[in-house]
Amino acid sequence: MKKFKVTEIRNDFPILNKYINGSRIVYLDNAATTQRPHSVINSVKEFSEETNSNIHRGVHTLSYEATKLYEDAHKKVSKFIGADSWQEIIFTRNATEAINLVAYGWGLHNLKSGDEILLTITEHHSNIVPWQMLRDIKGIKLKFLDVDDEGNLRLEQLDDLLTSRTRLVCVNHISNVLGTVNQVETIIKSAREKGALVLIDGSQSVPHYPVDVKKIDCDFLAASGHKMLGPFGIGFLYGKREILENMEPFNYGGDMIETVTKEKSTWNELPWKFEAGTPNVSGGIGLGAAVDYLNKIGMKEITAYEDELTRYASEKLYELPFIKVYGKGAGQKIGVFSFNFEGIHPHDVAWILDENGIAVRSGHHCAQPLMNRLGIKNAVRASFYLYNTKEEIDKLAETLGKVKKVFKR
Amino acid sequence: MLESEQFDIILDHYDQPRNHGHLEDPDYSFEEGNPVCGDIIRFDINTNDNRITKVNFSGEGCVISQATGSMLSELIKDKTLDEVRELDANDIFSVLGIRLSPIRYKCALLSLKVIKAALFDIKEWPEVPGE
Repeated sequence: MKKFKVTEIRNDFPILNKYINGSRIVYLDNAATTQRPHSVINSVKEFSEETNSNIHRGVHTLSYEATKLYEDAHKKVSKFIGADSWQEIIFTRNATEAINLVAYGWGLHNLKSGDEILLTITEHHSNIVPWQMLRDIKGIKLKFLDVDDEGNLRLEQLDDLLTSRTRLVCVNHISNVLGTVNQVETIIKSAREKGALVLIDGSQSVPHYPVDVKKIDCDFLAASGHKMLGPFGIGFLYGKREILENMEPFNYGGDMIETVTKEKSTWNELPWKFEAGTPNVSGGIGLGAAVDYLNKIGMKEITAYEDELTRYASEKLYELPFIKVYGKGAGQKIGVFSFNFEGIHPHDVAWILDENGIAVRSGHHCAQPLMNRLGIKNAVRASFYLYNTKEEIDKLAETLGKVKKVFKR
Repeated sequence: MLESEQFDIILDHYDQPRNHGHLEDPDYSFEEGNPVCGDIIRFDINTNDNRITKVNFSGEGCVISQATGSMLSELIKDKTLDEVRELDANDIFSVLGIRLSPIRYKCALLSLKVIKAALFDIKEWPEVPGE
């Protein structure tokens, strides 16, 4: 087993040396976006300095090199999530675009009026709104699996909610609000019995957890690069080859074609059929570098360390009597803690934390249906990653005490 | 800054807002939210002879947005419409009297925006000098 040394890891992340309002930053907004190590920053810089060129269309050396780097990045992602082939990895702008790709490329052409899509109430807006678009265009029905007060999906509802009309089940692997690790294997098994496809929103799982698409047997997996140490503007969709091959393109134009005549066009092979136009080449290479970095540390080691942080944060935060933490009873949970203070607005909590150099998020976390289910409008969210420390959790707990004092609650 | 007498005054306005509620028959009424953070402010205003005679505010949100609503309701009462039209971002910041980071400017300025929208149909955010 590799030795996990958080002090060494922190040295890889230049931004962690920054001071905010006189205090060294404590960055606890990792569910929104993560920070970048030197290797990711440098990979993008080096590409601009040494290899910048458009891909695929050039015979010249730079174009060949850029194409190879960009394809290699697909291969790295493919291996990282255990896909059969790198051609099953489509680079997108982010997880949102990956989900839209399925909605447009598959849903628009395969769903009929009366068909059903099953979602959960804990989905991020990115895994709800595209399906509402389809509902309105195709006359399909959306159903929602509920969550209990402890933060666990109510899997006992599956039998009732899944029907012979269910064509697709869309579920997050890990909730971006509660941190609950959802039992996607159980859901996928039930969906299979009804012949439905399953899309997993892996935005919060792929960065923190060894995810194996073959083992969980999902049909689609969407994730964002910037939540796993990569740059903004790059994410990916995994899809099973035979499904992708039978899907219609999402965007149309250059690079996604095989031949074009005035009358018609035929489509390029996977994954290019779904990557129309000049893609975010440097972003893709940066994502590849992020995967390299995560592999170098080791996903098992990262998960074990984060589990330790999560346990520690649970002990510290659950014992504060003046905050209410949501989803405390999650069977399995990663380091995402959403909470509210009695009598203090979440923005004010985040404000005082920021005055002390602690970055957390406050708001509805793009999960308004879940907020409604919890009976709240917004919450404060602290979320951890591999570079966070127990000392930072101590500082969070201590500063929450200060918030209480400042507001005389 | 946050353990100052001025912050105590802000907290007092937040916990016991002045002129809070709705007017039964307002001459002017406007409500707006800041979609970024979800703050909501509504102002109901009655005037007589170009002077503000009654003002009520309501809303929900952070301490800065709601306390400013309360403080502004006191500030504009009995002022002429011309005087209210002249109010700008700096007037709001000096009423609040604490150092605000730029992140909080909109929380502080939402009430003034709502008042100007109600009275003068001005929909832009008040300008912050230097921003």
